[in-house]
Amino acid sequence: MTALLEARNLNKSFGAVNAAKDINISITDHEIVGIIGANGAGKTTFVNMVTGYMNPTSGQILFSGQDITGREPREITRLGICRSFQVAQVFMTATVFENLMIALGIAESKTLFDGLRRMRRPEVEQKAEAILNRYRISDYRDAIASTLPQGVRKLLDIAMAMVAEPKILLLDEPTSGISVEEKFELMDVVMGALKEEGVTVLFIEHDMEIVERYVSRVIAFYSGEIICDAPPAEALIDPKVKEFVIGEDPGHGEVTAENGHA
Amino acid sequence: MDMKRDWTLPGLTVGFALIAVVGTLVLPDWLMALTVNSFSRALAVLGLMVLWRCGLVSFGHALYYGLGAYVVALLGKDWGISEVLITLPAAALLSGLVGFGIGFIMRRYREIFFAMLSLAFSMVMYGILVKTEALGSTDGFSIEQPSFMGWTPEDATEKLHTIFLMLCFICWAVAALVHRYLQSTLGNLTRAIRDNEIRVEYLGISAQHAVHIKYVMSAALAGLGGAMLAISLGQVDPDSMVNWPVSGELVFVTILSGPGSVVAPFIGSVLFELIRTYAFEWVPGAWQLIVGATLLVIIFFLPGGVWSLISRAIGKREDL
Repeated sequence: MTALLEARNLNKSFGAVNAAKDINISITDHEIVGIIGANGAGKTTFVNMVTGYMNPTSGQILFSGQDITGREPREITRLGICRSFQVAQVFMTATVFENLMIALGIAESKTLFDGLRRMRRPEVEQKAEAILNRYRISDYRDAIASTLPQGVRKLLDIAMAMVAEPKILLLDEPTSGISVEEKFELMDVVMGALKEEGVTVLFIEHDMEIVERYVSRVIAFYSGEIICDAPPAEALIDPKVKEFVIGEDPGHGEVTAENGHA
Repeated sequence: MDMKRDWTLPGLTVGFALIAVVGTLVLPDWLMALTVNSFSRALAVLGLMVLWRCGLVSFGHALYYGLGAYVVALLGKDWGISEVLITLPAAALLSGLVGFGIGFIMRRYREIFFAMLSLAFSMVMYGILVKTEALGSTDGFSIEQPSFMGWTPEDATEKLHTIFLMLCFICWAVAALVHRYLQSTLGNLTRAIRDNEIRVEYLGISAQHAVHIKYVMSAALAGLGGAMLAISLGQVDPDSMVNWPVSGELVFVTILSGPGSVVAPFIGSVLFELIRTYAFEWVPGAWQLIVGATLLVIIFFLPGGVWSLISRAIGKREDL
């Protein structure tokens, strides 16, 4: 089976700091993969390299067998890899509906002439309304993005990333900044919508309860290296993961405040 | 993206038709000349408005304003071409082409760097003009009497009326086109670029390319405006067309007008010309004081420009 996304011997250095060391990952269609690791482990660096935000120092990134290493973010987006951000990246002075209309307008503009078509067309508006419903943000349709609660802004960010109908979606900490009460509700909405659309998902997460509940595979990073790649049931009891990611001392089984359990 | 019906196009059509008819019938020549100057400037301001919506302010658009004027003047002087059907498109096209070239650099800069870089380019052009004898140096030179589809007006009044009517038509057409552009996806990438370029890139489009297109458009519009001004004045010179105060004046009118509608630059430009004319008449030695005070009032009380008064009156959300 050809991998949908493949990283081969990926390295990234920032001066003397190696943020990625010989990363080898292969993701197949429809997988839901959780990327875990402490702060500075190299998770976001990996996502940034895959989505063209930064170029690897060496190594290759393949998407459906095609080399996409070093391509511009917009080219990678057009190929079918989209992303959301740790801090939601939306158009703050526009309403939720306008944000989606702009995103849909861009997604449907394959050429310059497409871009000159009227943005507000009935079929595009219908799509925007459907997305509002799918991500359960229709109550905020006419709210300006800067006034939105954090959770709704995150949902909008993810919804905007999905308008291009990507084959793979990378979510960078979708529940960061969300209250404990809201995070499962948010993830239920997101994962429900993403499964409905049949997209492969890679998401960075610090909360192990979220990881355990939603992913089929866990990739754990530590100091720029992959220390574990296994199903969650195995990964979360792996001694290295327990020590370097979850923060438990294998000898005592303590849980620290940093991993979100305390 | 107001859900209400958009009255801009009908408004532009009725407005310019009325201005053309009523203006021809009742406006005294001095007021008609003032309107011609205002509308010529408004064409350049329209382009600056599009850039401003992206959060970009150009302090150097006199470069294109002057370029358009000099293209018209040189076509007449060196080639004997005075037909406006040739000179006006040539001015817009050449300005757009120069804008296209310079745009490769401009599109990479934002905020103060964009503003100062544009100023630097315009000062280079100014320097070339004042040092080149063949282009009239600081004095400039007179331009050929324009002809309109082969017909040359016999006196100054006839010329003024013809230019006025033609300008009303050009302004209507250009404003309608820019309005249509602003309704497209590319046109809507103004606020999006101002708000969040990262998201624009990750939606699959280049923010730099979008800025480049808008920059070329604004250059062509400024060139067209400068060409109209040159035709109406019958004279070009670096100080009144390319020097930095001209760029400043264009920015002033952009702020005075507000970015809310393609109609705004025409209102703002006429208002600016009236304020300046009367200020000069009342206090010839300190007219700049009144103009400056006007800008202060606008910045403090009407940050959306005079158009915000109109949009408030008709209950329309500023759609940027």
